[in-house]
Order: sequence, then structure tokens, then C-alpha cells
Amino acid sequence: MFKIIVCIKQVPGTTHVNIDPVTGTLIRDGVAAKMNPYDLEALELGLTLAKDNEGTLTVLSMGPDGALSVIREAIYMGAQEGVLLSDRKFGGADVLATSYTLSEGIKAIGDHDLIITGKQTTDGDTAQVGSELAEHLGIPHLANVRSVKVHDGKLNCVYSLDQKTVTADIDLPCLICTDSGINTPRLPSYRRKLEYGDAKEQIRIFHFTDMEDQDESHYGLKGSATKVEKIFEPEKKAEKQMYTEGDLSEKTYEILKENKFI
Amino acid sequence: MGLIIHQENINEENGRRLEELCPFSAISYENGKLEISAACRLCRMCVNKGPAGCITFEEEVKDSVDKSQYKGICVYADCDHGTIHKATYELIGKARELASAINHPVYALLIGNDTKENVKELLSYGVDRVFVYDDERLSDFDMEIYANVFSSFIEEYKPSSILVGATNVGRSLAPRVAARFRTGLTADCTRLEMKENTDLVQIRPAFGGNIMAQIITPDSRPQFATVRYKIFDAPEKVKEIKGEAVYKEIREEWFTSHVQILDIKEKPRETDISEAEVIVAVGRGLKSKDDLKMVEELAELLHGTVACSRPMVENGFFDSRHQIGLSGKTVKPKLILTLGISGAIQFTSGMKSSDCIIAVNSDPHAQIFDTANYGIVGDLYEIVPKLIQRIKENENV
Repeated sequence: MFKIIVCIKQVPGTTHVNIDPVTGTLIRDGVAAKMNPYDLEALELGLTLAKDNEGTLTVLSMGPDGALSVIREAIYMGAQEGVLLSDRKFGGADVLATSYTLSEGIKAIGDHDLIITGKQTTDGDTAQVGSELAEHLGIPHLANVRSVKVHDGKLNCVYSLDQKTVTADIDLPCLICTDSGINTPRLPSYRRKLEYGDAKEQIRIFHFTDMEDQDESHYGLKGSATKVEKIFEPEKKAEKQMYTEGDLSEKTYEILKENKFI
Repeated sequence: MGLIIHQENINEENGRRLEELCPFSAISYENGKLEISAACRLCRMCVNKGPAGCITFEEEVKDSVDKSQYKGICVYADCDHGTIHKATYELIGKARELASAINHPVYALLIGNDTKENVKELLSYGVDRVFVYDDERLSDFDMEIYANVFSSFIEEYKPSSILVGATNVGRSLAPRVAARFRTGLTADCTRLEMKENTDLVQIRPAFGGNIMAQIITPDSRPQFATVRYKIFDAPEKVKEIKGEAVYKEIREEWFTSHVQILDIKEKPRETDISEAEVIVAVGRGLKSKDDLKMVEELAELLHGTVACSRPMVENGFFDSRHQIGLSGKTVKPKLILTLGISGAIQFTSGMKSSDCIIAVNSDPHAQIFDTANYGIVGDLYEIVPKLIQRIKENENV
């Protein structure tokens, strides 16, 4: 049985969190959280591979209980089961601690052939958790993967470097991070939604105590190598500048030059 | 966990206030008890802006590495099939600045094949030592092998900070190596500064872009940071080369890989406008399809992509893949230059978060000027040809 695990994340509905200029507090946008759009593509790829290779697909997420909604969505799309890693001990994690916690979660799930992550998240935007996860698991990985076929116990991948497109075989088990725009994710199936409802039987929640590594200092804030010293407002865009007379092409040239576009 | 709730000070009033305050809805007040869920992102808004004495933050005391054992600011020389990515030089410029603040040397790590010219090039930008791993088997980027070489370099030379270009290769290699050393990595830094104690101050947008975070790696080394191309200025070459190349011995044990490369193809030119960093967009102000040539020429000179507003698709000048707006694509390039676009909401909602917006339109009341950083009120047919001329002159200098 070909076992696939797809990592997904719940992100804010919009990418805008602002600082209130008066009180200095963060303003939440009030838009409902949703599945990270890049993960939908990873999931679509995984579902297609699972179908073509008579495999199963498990989705894995880390976050608060609210993240169960994106796991349910994945199940309605076609995933067989979902696992949520949820514990306050996992909170405040940077790339290192997040990827480590996911690797422990994957160990807790058990055997697998392929792990798929999306290109990046829309709230963290680091695009680095997948690669670190592969390292923690000690398996090979490829990033910016555009298409995948399974053959002879290997994965045939087309992936994108900066100037080149590369085709390569990679041994299983392995991890791939998908590129963006590689497919059109399917919609959740209404039939599956009726069938599975809150999907209690399909979803497991793992806490810190379910992890093999019981050293708290490897998770969450304690396990993070980086520390946020402070947060602040970005410098504001300069006031709008209008030009109505004179040599306007020269003016345009100067603006481009000043902003380092030429 | 760093946040400590002082339940004895919590009451209905401040509990509800804290609930409201948390931008990630991680705080809940129920039955006289305040709780913080796994949704907490440690933004510390509750500590800094919340009612006093309710939630405090306790610093973790961690075992820190001996930072004095780590010396040098290293730039990974991103080398895609023989050509060094320009981001590398920008990082060398920044590395020199950071290194001089703490009197450290600047290193470059070069992995590849037939590296002679590239070594010279790196030295000419003022690198003190270029560490070269040159072998036929290193000519194509292979994640596992490159990560092995990279790790071996770190073990031997213990650089304090490592800067990597946020290219497709860099974004994949840096995390792999950083995880191996269980150290910190900050992606897409937009500013870097150096503290006296050699902590690299890494500044990047957080929580989606409207907020900046200042990040350090206080207890581990090396400190990894990736930076996108064109964030920092490319440095001038040095007049006199003082640095040296150190050719390293190649070890057989590095060459185990689970990836067999079958084919490598040059990429066709990118056509996805939402990925473009520079966009020249045209609208109804463009009179005929032939005039697209000058727009394309301008886009090429700016290393950008041509896009359009909806009428341009309707009149058949473009296919819909090039359309910006509610019914097209959303773009957020570093630069968008709009030519003859009036700027209806349906268009601007697809591009208003671009970093720099320059609008050219002959109507001074055009809506596009409400969205633009720079407004040029003039005829695109006068401005564009002269602008093309001017950029070409500059390139020939």
C-alpha cells in the first residue's frame, strides 16, 4: 500500500494583520481561517497519486483545535484520515521547532512512502519547513516539484530550479515540496461531507504525551532557535508624488533609478 | 512556555479585555479562568498591551554555545550550473558591512565544478577567503551531496553567520543544513544588522506582511538567514584583491545521493504574471496592437513581464492569463508601471499591494492616481519611447 502524508496548515482568511496606530495592538481581521492555499495543491497532487497507485492519504496539521476544520475539509476532498498535533507545548514554534514537531508527529503516525508539503504558507511565508522536516526525518527531498509519477518503487519528479527545469528519480521514502500553480485543487465533496460529518472517527489528535521524544525543550518556544525580539510597523510608503509638467520621461527614468529598478 | 498567567489577578473585566486583545484568538476567559490555547503565536501583545499583572513573559534560560568559537560571516555562492546568482554579490556587500562591525572575516562558500572564474569573481568583491569545493560530481546541484559538503565546511570553519540567497536552491539547501545543526534560520530577511556580541539582527515581514519582526538567534550558531535577490545593493568591486582561495579536499563519503538526475532543461521565459517581480501593465490608452512592441521592449529593459487590464483582453490584444484584476490575477510585484490604465476598482484591487506603483495616464483625474506612489500625468506615446531610449543610454555607459 502506497502511504502518503500531506502536511497542511490553517491560516488566517486574509493575509492582513495590522498594528493599531493608536494603541499599538495587533488588529485581527475577523475573516474566518482557511486552509493554506498552497497546501490545497499539495493535497490535490497527493489525492491523484493515491488514486493512481491504490494508496492512502493522511493529512497532518499542527495548531489549535480550530485547525480541525481544515483537516475535515481535506477529508471531504478525499483524504482517508487526519492527524492534528495540538498542545500548548508546541506553541511559539519557529521553523526549527515546527519542522521537528511535525517529524515527531509523522513518526507517531507510522510507516509512509511519501510526504508532500505545499510551497509555503500565506502567514509565515518562509517556504522552509518542508526541507527542515526532510532533514529531521533523514529522508531525501526535492523542492519546487511540478509533476510526479510513481514507477519501479521510485518517484519520477519534474522540479524547478532558478534557471532550469530538472527531471529526476528520487528513492522512496522521500519528501517533496510542491511548486505553485501546478494543478487546480478539487472542491470538497458534498457527498463526503454528508457521509463523514465531523469526521470524529477519521481524525486523531496527538498531544505532547503522544510524541516519542519526551524532551520538552525540543518543542514550541523552547525548541526554537530564533527569538522574536520585537514587532513593529513597516515604514510607510512615501506620500504620493505627482508630476504633470517638464520632461516626464526623464522624471519616470529618475523614479525607476531612485528605486533601483535600473 | 514563556507566557505565565497570573490567575489571581484575573477578573471578568480584564479577562474579556485580554480575549479581545489577542489577534490570534488564543486567549479565552471562562468560568473565572483565563486560558491560552495552542493558537498562541507568542506575539506578546497580551504582555505588552494587556492589563498589568495578568500575563507576564518569562525568558527561557538556555544553554548557549560559546559564541567566541564561531568567527566569520559566510556567504553561500549560489551557483546554478556555472553562473553565480547575482544575489550572492549583494550578500557579499552586506556581509562586508556586518563583518566590519565585529571585526570578523568575510567568507564565501563555493561548491561546483570548473570554478576558477567564479573564484576570481568572488574575490574581486572583497571576500577574505573563498572556500572552494571543486569536483566533476558537484557540477549539478544535488541536495544531499551539497548539504554534506556544506555541513563539512561548517564543522571545519565554524562561521558565525551564514547568508544564503533566497533562490529556489537557497531556500531548499539552507533549511536542510540549518536543521542538521539544529540552529536558527530566518527566511527572506529585508534588513540585517550586527550586534556587538555577534548576534545577527534579522528583520523580516511577519504574520502576513503588514508587520515587521526583529529576530535573533541568541543561543546557537551558525546563524542562518536567507535574503531575496535585489533586497541589498550590489557592492563595488575592490581595487586590489587581498583575499585568498582555499581549495578543499574532496571526500568520498559526501557522495551518497537518493536522487538520480535524468534531464536538465533551460527554462522557458516565465509567463505567470503573479510571480513577476516587475510588471509593465497597459490599458485602454494603448491604441493598436502594434504598439505593444514598445511596451514589450520597455518590460524587457526592466527585466519584467507585460500584463494588462480587462479591456485589453476583450479587444483581443492579450489572452486572459495576462490580465490583472478581480476577474484576472492578483499581482504583488516590486514594481508595477501602468500605462494608459484608468484604474477602476476591478483593476486596482488586483495590484494595489504592489511595492512600488508608477502610473502614467494623460487624464489628471484618472482613478489610478489614487493607488499610485508616483503619478505621471502625460501621454504614454511621448513618454515610453523616450524612456526606452534613456534606459538604453544608461546601459551603455
